[in-house]
Amino acid sequence: MNWSDQLLESLRSNDVDLTIYVPDEVLTPLIRGAEDDPNMEAFPASREEEAIGIAAGAALGGRRSVVLMQSSGYGNSVNALASLAVPYQLPILMIIGERGVLGEFNPVQVPISRSIRPSLDAMGIPHRTLEREDEVAAVADRMMLQCFRTQLPAVLFINALLTGGKNDR
Amino acid sequence: MASPRDDLAIMSRKDLTARVVGKLKNDEAVVAGIGNTNFDLLDAGHRPQNFYMLGSMGLAAPIALGVALAQPGRNVFGLEGDGSILMNLGTLTTIAAQAPSNLTIIIWDNGLYQITGKQETATSSVTDIVAVAAGCGIPNSAWATDENHFESLVETAINTHGPHFIAARVDDASATARPERNPVLWKDRFMVGIGSKPVQS
Repeated sequence: MNWSDQLLESLRSNDVDLTIYVPDEVLTPLIRGAEDDPNMEAFPASREEEAIGIAAGAALGGRRSVVLMQSSGYGNSVNALASLAVPYQLPILMIIGERGVLGEFNPVQVPISRSIRPSLDAMGIPHRTLEREDEVAAVADRMMLQCFRTQLPAVLFINALLTGGKNDR
Repeated sequence: MASPRDDLAIMSRKDLTARVVGKLKNDEAVVAGIGNTNFDLLDAGHRPQNFYMLGSMGLAAPIALGVALAQPGRNVFGLEGDGSILMNLGTLTTIAAQAPSNLTIIIWDNGLYQITGKQETATSSVTDIVAVAAGCGIPNSAWATDENHFESLVETAINTHGPHFIAARVDDASATARPERNPVLWKDRFMVGIGSKPVQS
């Protein structure tokens, strides 16, 4: 199974039936897969912090969701994580398509990409980076389990080595 | 261009908050935004179905949307100040597009970032927040012209399909109540109150 189908399978087996996304080209197969799944409700939010807010409300209401975004959009979500998800102990599962790393062509993608992991570490939010297809299912499944059982946010990075990244050539 | 807002009565936010709570009969969830909005909700009498947002300015409407999507059988109210909704206007487009029938957003518009020192917001001069909501695609968007009209709008929101958007011009009286600054306490009480978490013995 390719990486996006493995992630969709992990989402299903962890009872996630709501996908809130801010579009990202490398995550397109995952977004499309979520939208095509009749058991998954999937829609875009206008901004990443809004997506975190919707996911927080869903969690409060007892529904499991996932937030999809591009690494550049992480910067738009920090206050929602720092003043809502973390202090209220809400299981916000985030899947972030990575830009600004191996093979990046656009300089504006790089600084935020370098700041994400130190920022997550400072807030105590666990994260793993998926680079190989043979690790996706096991890591994703455990990360989702941890997120929902510990009631804390968690992040999966989808690296360019896994997706091929975005190509400008 | 004159806004309909110019001719509206300025009402008491504390009184209108109590009027919302007084209309709730079916364990409706209420998500109250940062500052005086959630202080006044507590002042109206704590309900287990209240969620008090201690931070994350601008996210009361998105949180209310999430609760509404998680519990489609329960009416959900999101209360926000004008400064807060201006921080996340895009969420009105998301609410319009998803159109949850059980969601109502209420905006307390005093034209001020009240709690930070009463700096004026754009709604104090040029922006009509009801016109914004209608333009985003929420057709059931209305200004409350007085207290009785406000109550009838809340009743309509409870009894008919939404989403609904209600705005009221309010005063800048400082709220007196303060929720305990304990996020997990309020999360747990809210989740028990709306049945998404069992009561721990």
